[in-house]
Amino acid sequence: MRADVEHVVSIFGLDQDSARMLLRDYNWNSERLIEKYMDNPTEVQIKAGLQNPKGAPSSVTPIAQPTTTRRSTRKSTAPISPVATKFVCPICCDDEPPATLSLQCGHQFCSNCWAQYLEGKVREEGECTIRCMENGCSLLVPDSFIKQHGGTPVYDRFEELVMRHYVAHIAHLKFCPAPGCTDTVSCRAAATKSALETMVPAVTCSQGHTFCFGCNVDSDHRPVLCRIARFWLKKCQDDSETANWIKTNTKECTKCQSTIEKNGGCNHMTCKKCKHEFCWVCMGPWVDHGTQWYSCNRYDDKAAIDARDAQSKSRISLERYLHYYNRWANHEQSARLSADLFAKTEKKMEEMQLTTELTWIEVQFAKKAVEEVLRCRTTLKWTYAMAYYLEKSNAKELFEDNQRDLEKAVEDLSELLESPIEPETIPDLRSKMTNKTVYVQKRNEIMLEDTANGFKEGRWTWNETVTL
Amino acid sequence: MALSKRIIKETERLIADPVPGIQAVPHEDNLRYFDVKIDGPAGCPFEGGKFSLELFLPDEYPMSPPKVRFLTKIYHPNIDKLGRICLDILKDKWSPALQIRTVLLSIQALLSAPNPDDPLATDVAKHYKEDERDAQRVSKEWTEKYAK
Repeated sequence: MRADVEHVVSIFGLDQDSARMLLRDYNWNSERLIEKYMDNPTEVQIKAGLQNPKGAPSSVTPIAQPTTTRRSTRKSTAPISPVATKFVCPICCDDEPPATLSLQCGHQFCSNCWAQYLEGKVREEGECTIRCMENGCSLLVPDSFIKQHGGTPVYDRFEELVMRHYVAHIAHLKFCPAPGCTDTVSCRAAATKSALETMVPAVTCSQGHTFCFGCNVDSDHRPVLCRIARFWLKKCQDDSETANWIKTNTKECTKCQSTIEKNGGCNHMTCKKCKHEFCWVCMGPWVDHGTQWYSCNRYDDKAAIDARDAQSKSRISLERYLHYYNRWANHEQSARLSADLFAKTEKKMEEMQLTTELTWIEVQFAKKAVEEVLRCRTTLKWTYAMAYYLEKSNAKELFEDNQRDLEKAVEDLSELLESPIEPETIPDLRSKMTNKTVYVQKRNEIMLEDTANGFKEGRWTWNETVTL
Repeated sequence: MALSKRIIKETERLIADPVPGIQAVPHEDNLRYFDVKIDGPAGCPFEGGKFSLELFLPDEYPMSPPKVRFLTKIYHPNIDKLGRICLDILKDKWSPALQIRTVLLSIQALLSAPNPDDPLATDVAKHYKEDERDAQRVSKEWTEKYAK
């Protein structure tokens, strides 16, 4: 930010304040500012509130006359009006203010009102564009004025607001979203929207919080693209529970495919919508049942099989979704339980230190393993979302192979973590676990790298639900 | 909170030197609460009507704007069913240099110059945009019915 300000200062020979105000007006796009400023500096200054339009009538409507300074201002850029009889601040109506102040526009107010105004704007409204108090006056209050007359806490807050304004408008900067973290992360590669079509910008701030630079969907949704991750989450929110219920409690009318819940009564069903009559047990048309009401003992009639076929087709898509969803949810659940696992592992590590010769540093392998499992579960979780949207192809098969390898390795490692500790097996367990951790880490890297490359090469083909 | 000098002065002046067509009287038990009456300006569908409003000065006044609401029913694109008013100076364009009298003058001006491009009552605004004459007829009708 400082560099940008210096840059503008050096080009136009402006003071720091003006440069900062101009840049804020141009949302920190220094190139556009420089271009416009070259064309017409006055217009740019007026627009940014550095100057008042010439000859604009000031619409001062004082409550009590006359409006002239009694005491000269401490730091006023405006010409000081001759010391006259009495000044009454038009805002608080105080006729003996300690001092009066005005900006370049010459609108005089007492210093108490200014301080109150600045504090209100900065603290309550969180505003970093503060204009003169006079109605219709568009002159901006310079930063140095705020510093001098607003007090230190107000100015500090103001600086923070300016900083936020800067970060919000620079595409390659973002605040870390972790609670209480004030770190800013720069990621130039992910600054454009189109870049998000070929990569997943997972970044880590200096405090170690990982988040996605491109969206705020989930902390780290690699290997799935932001757009698809959003899609998936939305679908899950809409569908999952409902779909589960529908699957277990309803059947579809074999004629019009309306979803029907049978909540009592006999097996002779009449569809409310198309009036088709059928048997709930075999799904065949009711007429075939002849007079054998209330019992369906016939098995695999041609018509009944056809009917069931049609129904199963409509169930397939639902089942396909649930297949992916259940696995996705499962990994999410496991990842959520990791807090427990951490605690348990910590206990085990202590135990190990007591029962064996191993030092604190030597038992860290268990903690590392837990961390790795957690990381991989997040990846695995999202691979299921990705697989759901992938079109069937060789590439997808390879993807699923990778997924399976990773999953298998992660489950093995999880099992090792759960296994009981006996003093004689510890060295063995330790080497096994360390090896497995390294292996899992490797598989995870391969998985992520391969999908990332796939995005770059355009290897993945999506099914129609997500195509642009 | 004690009444500030500013509010006392403003009230004094509102009573001693009232704006033509506008009446603002503070409540006896709460001097921050005003009963306001605005005459419909000449040459607009609200002419001849007498509109009641309420005006309240919050504790932060004049650093934050007064709260103003129409009590009389009115058919106007910038005033909704509850009487809330869409006016820039009552929101983000508020300046502490504005006063009760300037606010009320602006509201009076809003009556003679509705702005259907920045509507609060969308159905009224639509009506005004599509068939201004008919909308004005309804405004007049409402004025006759509710503001007399």
